[in-house]
Amino acid sequence: MTSVLRIGSGLAMALVAMLPATGADAQGTLQKVKDRGQLACGVNTGIAGFSAPDDKGNWAGIDVDLCRAIAAAIFNDSSKVKFVPLTAKERFTALQSGEIDVLSRNTTWTMSRDTSAGMNFAGINYFDGQGFMVNTALNVKSAKELSGASICVQTGTTTELNVADYFRQTGMTYKPVVFEKLPETIAAYNAGRCDVFTSDASQLYATRLTLGNPADHIVLPEIISKEPLGPAVRQGDAQWGNIVRWTYFALVNAEELGVTSQNLDQMLESNNPEIRRLLGKEGEFGVGIGLGNDWAYQAIKAVGNYGESFDRNLGEGSRLKISRGQNALWRDGGLQYAPPIR
Amino acid sequence: MKEPANIEPARSTARRPPVRGFDPLGWVRRNLFSSPLNGLLTLAGIYAVWLAGSAVIDWAIVRAVFAGKDGSACAAPGTGACWAFVAAKFDQFIYGRYPEPERLRVDLTMLLGVIGLAGLMIPAVPRKGWFAAYFLFVFPVIAFYLLTGAGFGMVPVETERWGGLMVTLIVAIVGIVASFPVAVLLAIGRRSRLPFVRWASIGFIEMVRGVPLITMLFMASVMLPLFLPDGVTFDKLLRALIGVALFQGAYLAEVIRGGLQAIPRGQYEAADALGLSYPQKIGLIVMPQALKLVIPGIVNSFIALFKDTSLVLIIGLFDLLGIVQQAVSSDAAWFSPSTPLTGYVFAGFVFWVFCFGMSRYAQWMERRLSGGERR
Repeated sequence: MTSVLRIGSGLAMALVAMLPATGADAQGTLQKVKDRGQLACGVNTGIAGFSAPDDKGNWAGIDVDLCRAIAAAIFNDSSKVKFVPLTAKERFTALQSGEIDVLSRNTTWTMSRDTSAGMNFAGINYFDGQGFMVNTALNVKSAKELSGASICVQTGTTTELNVADYFRQTGMTYKPVVFEKLPETIAAYNAGRCDVFTSDASQLYATRLTLGNPADHIVLPEIISKEPLGPAVRQGDAQWGNIVRWTYFALVNAEELGVTSQNLDQMLESNNPEIRRLLGKEGEFGVGIGLGNDWAYQAIKAVGNYGESFDRNLGEGSRLKISRGQNALWRDGGLQYAPPIR
Repeated sequence: MKEPANIEPARSTARRPPVRGFDPLGWVRRNLFSSPLNGLLTLAGIYAVWLAGSAVIDWAIVRAVFAGKDGSACAAPGTGACWAFVAAKFDQFIYGRYPEPERLRVDLTMLLGVIGLAGLMIPAVPRKGWFAAYFLFVFPVIAFYLLTGAGFGMVPVETERWGGLMVTLIVAIVGIVASFPVAVLLAIGRRSRLPFVRWASIGFIEMVRGVPLITMLFMASVMLPLFLPDGVTFDKLLRALIGVALFQGAYLAEVIRGGLQAIPRGQYEAADALGLSYPQKIGLIVMPQALKLVIPGIVNSFIALFKDTSLVLIIGLFDLLGIVQQAVSSDAAWFSPSTPLTGYVFAGFVFWVFCFGMSRYAQWMERRLSGGERR
């Protein structure tokens, strides 16, 4: 079954590549979105903290927030967005065929996807990467202390290869305990058959909550691989790409400037020129990308700044309690960095 | 030889008639403890049931958590079922993300559907023809407008927001109802004397049966949009429904063909001798007998279809299982060690109730229809 799917998705990818920019016709995406009256946003069918329906059935998550922000920037109304849940196989076709306008579905930015698959990535709203989780009883504080540990890992994945590379580079030894499926791997770790469980960091935090006692496990600070996740748009519509990119940048800049959804209206009176430009009090930056000058104001009002969105969906405000790590602002030692609005 | 004297049969003492009513003690002795070995097996069986049963009760009731506002209520080690999770998500499991104020429309649709189904399925209800016409032609139209909200001043609800048991039932019922005429036509077509009709039927059946349902759904959701002109997208649920109906039609056609083959030639000839036309012959003589013969097969494939509906989750539609899986795997607010098992047990139970119900109804219907063959 999986091989059937793989062939199918390979074929789909090939077709996607053969039909360059079908969606980018004379009419720009922005105009289409405005005519339709809502943004069509492709999200994950369900992944904790990124896109998942809450008890009321409303989508929530950091990827979802980005779409709401874009909708707010365009329509001044963050509810004018239709969320289309997509599986991993469907996501590229959906973007290419025009079923969705933006793919905000924890998609890893890679070269082939950014070039030959007919998409353009507009930013990285979450730096993911492979990490390690251990039982606190082991008293390990860093991956550098893992020499000789037994590691539960899913076989046949890049996860497995990354571990091998990491331990070779650092000159440490480890004992792999491999499993075919992720749930088996987690169950084995939970049962104490190995010291360490490794997977993408966002997954580690989610997994931790399903273990016997979450407080008994910690995620080590080291990240050993690059999984830059971000929103993507169709190739061939630069204006639309700008809107998505700068909406995301506006949220990051807002955090850097201390503009939150709480103090937004006081900030309108601020004398700081950067804040004044961000909120549309000075300059014509919104008009430059085809929106109103208060586009960033609307986006921040809808979902808060990047830090607020992170905290609410992934960080201390959620049950996942993911540390900011690489997703902290650049001035706090992280990688989140937005070019200035000038 | 002398004529035998008038022999009086020896009078036997009258015995009590055997007990006709239920005799619990006798039943137990005859069935459970008829020999030492059987007695031992019975005891072992009771012990096994007690072990399993007490474990289930312990998990589902004694150690279960019934109330709580998020997963932390169920996070304590040794917690049993997290029913609080099912309670919090129950509406979502039934309606998906259908907007709350509009859910009355779904309820109304279900009520209208149940009325139609009950009218069709309960033999004592008269006017079957009216009910059939209502359920097959009127109800689908009403259901379509009620659920999508297209027109009549209702709030439109996109199918992206549909989910849960509602989608499971829609896919299953549309699959069953739409596939049946397709299957009957294909089965007759496959036995037709007209070569083109026969070849077309065989070609369709063999092609569809040669491909897994999952592949058809996958093609419909991933490949089809690439072949459509730019900007033309048609609804994902509709694509899945068409795929399921064609798939089910091909399978069912073969089941029905099995029944057609079992009808002796004499029946056809008798119909011809009576001067019946071809449609009359098939509709009045052959099909009723053939369908009655293959009821178990038909129900079997309906039950299989009902469970196959959960395959739609691979194309991003959320049937009952899909939405349970989504909730247990992605809502961090409810993450706990016991959440996934509870969710899946709930989904399994609902599926079981429906499938068991279908199977019981079919058995009953079979007994009713086979009246002519008993004794």
